[in-house]
Amino acid sequence: MRHIISVILEDEAGALSRVSGLFTQRGFNIESLTVAQTTDPTLSRMTIVSSGSERVLEQIVKQLNKLIEVVKVTDLTSQDHVERELMLAKISSTSKEGVDLKELVEIFGCKVVDVKDKIYTIEVSGKTKKINAFLDAIEPSNVIEISRTGVTGISRGKKLI
Amino acid sequence: MELNGAEILVDCLQKEGVDHVFGYPGGAVLHIYDALEAQDKITHVLVRHEQGAAHGADGYARANGKPGVVLVTSGPGITNAVTGIATAHMDSIPMVVISGQVPSPLIGMDAFQEVDATGITRSCVKHNFLVRDISEIANTVKKAFHIATTGRPGPVVIDIPKDITIAKMEKEEYPESIEIRSYKPTTKPSNRQIRKAAELISNSKKPILYSGGGCVIGNASEELREFTRMLGFPITQTLMGLGAYPMTDKQSLGMLGMHGTYEANMAMHGSDCVVAIGARFDDRITGNLAKFCPTAKFIHIDIDPSQISKNVVADIPIVGQTAQVLQALIDELKDKELSDISKWWSQIEEWRKVDSLAYEKSPGFIKPQTVIEALYEVTEGKAIVTSDVGQHQMWAAQYYLFDEPRQWINSGGLGTMGFGLPAAMGAKLAMPEKDIACVTGEGSIQMMLQELSTMLQYATPVKIINLNNGYLGMVRQWQEFFYEKRYAMSYMDALPDFVKLAESYGHIGIKVDKEEDLKSALIEAFKQKERTVFLDIITDPSENVFPMIPAGGAHCDMLLAGRDEMISKDETDFNAV
Repeated sequence: MRHIISVILEDEAGALSRVSGLFTQRGFNIESLTVAQTTDPTLSRMTIVSSGSERVLEQIVKQLNKLIEVVKVTDLTSQDHVERELMLAKISSTSKEGVDLKELVEIFGCKVVDVKDKIYTIEVSGKTKKINAFLDAIEPSNVIEISRTGVTGISRGKKLI
Repeated sequence: MELNGAEILVDCLQKEGVDHVFGYPGGAVLHIYDALEAQDKITHVLVRHEQGAAHGADGYARANGKPGVVLVTSGPGITNAVTGIATAHMDSIPMVVISGQVPSPLIGMDAFQEVDATGITRSCVKHNFLVRDISEIANTVKKAFHIATTGRPGPVVIDIPKDITIAKMEKEEYPESIEIRSYKPTTKPSNRQIRKAAELISNSKKPILYSGGGCVIGNASEELREFTRMLGFPITQTLMGLGAYPMTDKQSLGMLGMHGTYEANMAMHGSDCVVAIGARFDDRITGNLAKFCPTAKFIHIDIDPSQISKNVVADIPIVGQTAQVLQALIDELKDKELSDISKWWSQIEEWRKVDSLAYEKSPGFIKPQTVIEALYEVTEGKAIVTSDVGQHQMWAAQYYLFDEPRQWINSGGLGTMGFGLPAAMGAKLAMPEKDIACVTGEGSIQMMLQELSTMLQYATPVKIINLNNGYLGMVRQWQEFFYEKRYAMSYMDALPDFVKLAESYGHIGIKVDKEEDLKSALIEAFKQKERTVFLDIITDPSENVFPMIPAGGAHCDMLLAGRDEMISKDETDFNAV
């Protein structure tokens, strides 16, 4: 089962490699991992998407907690939460297909953020499923390059990590 | 007063109460050595190989409970120490390793003797630090000792670039204590869990206590004794836990697991309530997990939450320090009525009668088991015994009945050959009044032989009991059982003359090849209080370690010495109890 794990950790050199090293060392799977600063400049927030049984997840959470620099670990999937991923995609487009592309951009509620050499750069954000659906709707040979951030997420309402 | 980084570091170590540092100098740590030379509170032990430094500090820590301290240079200095660090990590030994690093501006430039020390050690330490500024030294050292010695202990590496040991600053006070917001180990157990555990314990009819290294490292021996005696339950101990409860006591069933006793393993298999105390259900303990303790409920006590329900799902997990948890359980169970377990005990006594450690002597050969029994007799069971890894390690664990914690020092988790000799040296420095025996084999001893030289320099007399059977015995045993006697590379030819070798290092060497000489040689060796004595004892090359649970077997599937058929649970009606 897929899990979104939020980790608050000290913003120190080496902390990221400790987390990624842990996943390799113990054979846990990582689908995506994102990390950035929080409102407290000494802390970073990491979002990891992983999959495994309940027992594997329990070990992941415990092993993450065991890392000295980790302040807090939460499994977002076990609670009410919002999740998003962002993709930048470069799509080549002939004029005919250009019409389709504009339609698609509208349907999926995304944005064209750049055009150069007849290549459109499109910003798509949403749940992973929506991004996949957008890609499925485009002729694969027209997809020049994509860059995805991986999932980030946050709990709903008053509940904090 | 202005001090350089090296002087600040040494000052911190003094304030931390460090009395011995095991190390080896090199370019990146020369300033630190210069500062060490200028003081006399800390004795530096110059090993002959950095792995020996880590094992020496490890043996020191295991013997007296204080953190071991290691000082090595950059590059090969730290890589050589890695095996020793990993050994300490697997067995949760408090240790602080200081490694020199190339000067900060050269980091990442493939400089001479540069390795990524924090990267290389990351997966085999509790934590590590790369010091980036002289002002961080004091806090980093304090944090390192705090992390190494609290919670589940373990090794911590501090990597210090050379320029930081040279830089100067005004001396700062060494912090008395430190708060790390992201590191707060749970030591006190939850009352709710204690009540639930007490309930299960008092209702169990076939209970067994299974205690591990957490009772030794966590200094919980007293509480464990009180708890066990109060309940009157049988107790079995892991390889790492031996001695926390006296092995000569009638409630002790001895060691469990792959080479555990028949009664211990059968009792685990038949139990309805297993209380794991500071033990981690290692694969050498459980054998085949699918067949492990089929009828038991598990109470699992551990300071490290990640150990609980890792291999075996706990019915009642209790996170906390072993000593505190046991005390809480003692208080909770004091006035509780327990189930009658006399039937369970009579079943266990039946299993005991199998006498699974019995062995037959073969004329003309010294049996390795006989050597350990003689060692026990000559030292009156009071020596600190270190071991290397292999058959001799199992025989030492089975036949030397440890009655005290920290008396048995071996590499249980990582299984590091070469550990025994430097660990014995460290143990002697920690406990100079004690007799120290290093039980080893001709394979293991050759992995750290060079430390004989250190032992002469620092006058650390130990008695080396070399069970010399000319084979890498445990490898040979597996090849005999599971590889149709194809003895690939398990025979060691061209062995040195260990007597002359010991003598060339300035020690006493004695060769024993007849059983009638064994005891007198041991007595003579232990009479030499000031000298290291190397006893090269030629033992039966075909002897195997029994009992044995073959890989994939359950606790009730044991091979016993001199019995062709596997004893299996079909012979015992577990439901009869």
